[in-house]
Amino acid sequence: MTYTFGLDTFGDRNGDADGKPLSHAQTIRNVVQEGVFAEQAGVDFFGIGEHHTEYFPMPAGDVVLAAVAASTKRIHLGSAVTVLSSDDPVRVFQRYSTLNAISGGRAEVILGRGSSVESFPLFGYDLADYEQLFEEKATLFAELLKGGPVTWEGKTRAPLLDQDVVPHTESGPFPAWIGVGGNPQSVVRAARLGFSLALAIIGGSPGRFAAHSQLFQRALEKYGRPPLPVLVHSPGHVAATDQQAKAEFWPRWRDIIALIAPERGFAVPTEESFDWETGPRGALYVGSPETVARKIATNLRTLGATRFDLKYGMPGLTHEQLMTCIELYGQQVIPRVRELLS
Amino acid sequence: MQEQEPSRLAVLGAGHVGPVIARLALGAGYPVAIATSGDPEDIALITELVIPGAQPRWAVDAVADADIVVLTIPLHRFLDMNPALLTGKVVVDAMNYWPASDGVLKPFEDGGSSEIVARRLTGSTVVKALNHIGYHELEDRARPAGARDRRAAGVAADDTAASAAVARLIDRVGYDPVRLANLRAGRVLQPGGPVFGTVLARPEFERAVREDARSLA
Repeated sequence: MTYTFGLDTFGDRNGDADGKPLSHAQTIRNVVQEGVFAEQAGVDFFGIGEHHTEYFPMPAGDVVLAAVAASTKRIHLGSAVTVLSSDDPVRVFQRYSTLNAISGGRAEVILGRGSSVESFPLFGYDLADYEQLFEEKATLFAELLKGGPVTWEGKTRAPLLDQDVVPHTESGPFPAWIGVGGNPQSVVRAARLGFSLALAIIGGSPGRFAAHSQLFQRALEKYGRPPLPVLVHSPGHVAATDQQAKAEFWPRWRDIIALIAPERGFAVPTEESFDWETGPRGALYVGSPETVARKIATNLRTLGATRFDLKYGMPGLTHEQLMTCIELYGQQVIPRVRELLS
Repeated sequence: MQEQEPSRLAVLGAGHVGPVIARLALGAGYPVAIATSGDPEDIALITELVIPGAQPRWAVDAVADADIVVLTIPLHRFLDMNPALLTGKVVVDAMNYWPASDGVLKPFEDGGSSEIVARRLTGSTVVKALNHIGYHELEDRARPAGARDRRAAGVAADDTAASAAVARLIDRVGYDPVRLANLRAGRVLQPGGPVFGTVLARPEFERAVREDARSLA
């Protein structure tokens, strides 16, 4: 079995050593450095999640990925996620097939919603239309990926009649995933449209998603499709020791979740809930390389997944802390997970 | 006293929440049917793998045979639903009105969402429950009666018998039921309320609810 390992960021606004926020521009330049360093550290994938907030100033991740592409050779680069419902599938395809050209075939996309909703009012979409927007746009995106002229009609964008969409890819479709957060109907949709499955697990026991992974493979069979990979995306932070990782991550996690809890419906974390989530049964990968590696290996096995993407960083952490996290993840966690799974 | 035949449940909705509640109820020994607005064939695979033991059915059939119906559909879909489907049933409203996440719905802008649900379901007995613990925590935190780390879950209804029936369901699936006086009082269970999204033991739950009631007064 071949396993791959990624790092995702939402462009979490960095802090300086005194906790003062860096500018959005400096944070973005730091993300470029982090992406380039991820390749040097031995990471297989670097993903950027679309966000439009003061603390995640990252609405144009594809531009940032193009800068990373220019200074790297091997690492795959993609969205994590692209909020497809409030974007135009034709433009998303064009941006990522351009990235694919720049990077020599290293582009990927993960399509979804994340748990973020700020792009809907920003671009004039109604959240109540979410289902129809995503269904139609994901269907169109699947057509665009095939290459060749596209004919499509729906209610959420202008129709396409035998439309050639450029740039063409050099060697077929680039990898495309649908990110789901636990809705089994979304799992079935990914299989029906032929996307790979990204399980976003940001709270609770990862083990409960094992059934989703099985559902995905069975649904692929039902729709007459070959098996496709499953990836797991979860937040975390790696430092030299468990204690240091938790001490760095906890206040940042508490503050950001407390800030977004009212709008997303998350519970405000307590030290007790944080201990549970960072423990063996929870969804956060916070600790020493050994602790994080063991948890990743266990959950990849349980979930029948072949890729793990760690969403690193949190608003307020310093660029230096993130670089250490990337170094430990690439140089220690990944080889250790491979060893545990072999 | 002789053990009562467990009530039959119909869970309407197979999204994030419905399957979780269905699994908890199955685990507690309830017969469970699950339905969406469409053909049960569409959710047969989901039921087999994610909710083993439940019966996928047409909504109308699932409801007809059920003692308790659990609504876990998006509220905007509820607005399109024919209230007659639920006539004569005890209906657990596990839905939430959450404009920041699901968009603004005019009919729900004013007052408690379950009171508005109840006004639309004139022929049903509405109970607000199972809406305030996150779907990703609902199973992890369930514990048998008497467990040291058992948590509480609220039940609010205007009808005492319906409230008692749903409180038994809550108890059996793994939470200490805390019964609130009426649907109006159930507003404390809503998004923005003192217990929404937190998973508290009974004493803390009751204290949070009491303190909130004082602040309203």
